[in-house]
Amino acid sequence: MNMIFISLFITFFEIGLFGFGGGYGMLSLIQHETVETHHWLSTAEFTDIVAISQMTPGPIGINSATYCGYTAIHNAGYGHLMATLGSATATFALVLPSLILMILISKMFMKYMNTPLVQSVFTGLRPAVVGLLAAATLLLCNKENFSTPMENPWQFFISCALLIATAIGTGYLKINPIRMICYAGIAGLLLLY
Amino acid sequence: MNIYWESFRTFFKIGIFTLGGGYAMIPLIEEEVVNKKQWVSKDEMLDLIAIAQSCPGVFAINIATFIGYKLNKVRGAIATTIGTALPSFLIILAIAIFFSQFKDNPYVAAIFRGIRPAVVALIAVPTFRLGQRAKLNRYTIWIPIVCALAIWALGVSPIYIIIIAALAGFAYGKIFVRRDTETQRK
Repeated sequence: MNMIFISLFITFFEIGLFGFGGGYGMLSLIQHETVETHHWLSTAEFTDIVAISQMTPGPIGINSATYCGYTAIHNAGYGHLMATLGSATATFALVLPSLILMILISKMFMKYMNTPLVQSVFTGLRPAVVGLLAAATLLLCNKENFSTPMENPWQFFISCALLIATAIGTGYLKINPIRMICYAGIAGLLLLY
Repeated sequence: MNIYWESFRTFFKIGIFTLGGGYAMIPLIEEEVVNKKQWVSKDEMLDLIAIAQSCPGVFAINIATFIGYKLNKVRGAIATTIGTALPSFLIILAIAIFFSQFKDNPYVAAIFRGIRPAVVALIAVPTFRLGQRAKLNRYTIWIPIVCALAIWALGVSPIYIIIIAALAGFAYGKIFVRRDTETQRK
């Protein structure tokens, strides 16, 4: 049983340590670790928490860590109290590297942040983070989120339509993402019940 | 006035009122920390934002830790970090506890069947925006493509990609710096 907690801690510590690129960059890591590697969340559950995170206060990293920590323990068959401990473990593990790193930088490394060498590291990371995000997008395009033309052609068609509509809505029409999610939810209720 | 409690409360307030993500917190942080409390100057704030953005980890936490440390060293950093993380933690925990009971409701299931593809779009759109901001051109576009394929098709862990990209950037920088000093000597 302790294994899950230790695993949660190590995983989210790594995510906190290597999660470059803000919330979105971290999303790729979280997706890979919680869904692909450890199977703590299904793809659908992961997508759900991204949706919920858009509509609730707070950074997506913290929201995902809290939700995943809870769900991982809960799905393993434990009750609310242990699951809450799981969410606390994951969230604590996520913020710990930031705390340590930022304090170290404040104390000693502030003057190195602007050197060309450090800047070139960040320059190298930038295109990679784009790739990470693209991979996360691709990994979320599966039958849990969209169904398939064979299994449920209606859901597949509507899902693709919603994808395109949301992309146009937030990409070109600059509609607030929260509103788009609400529209999509209503569409789901009306069309996919 | 207890500075720990003050900074905790300020960042708790900032944490509660921002929807959608770390960067949305910036105007609120500026209002509270720079204008009202004057814990950092406007210029310092810009530097902090730049560093916090480049470093790994949750952006909001990075900023909170910086400011907290400046106010009161390690304990100050802990106070602001907890303040920032706590609202999200409590709200999501509540949702997690109750969501598990709602998930089987057929209406809720239908709503989320609609929401999920929309969320994929909400991640796809920033991917393109990030690509634009990274100033990718036809010489550099292979980098995100290779990274994405490695993760999606080959199952490579994004952590390895990050490490390799950081090392590549470092190596690239080393070569450039050497070249600069060589031309200067001429």
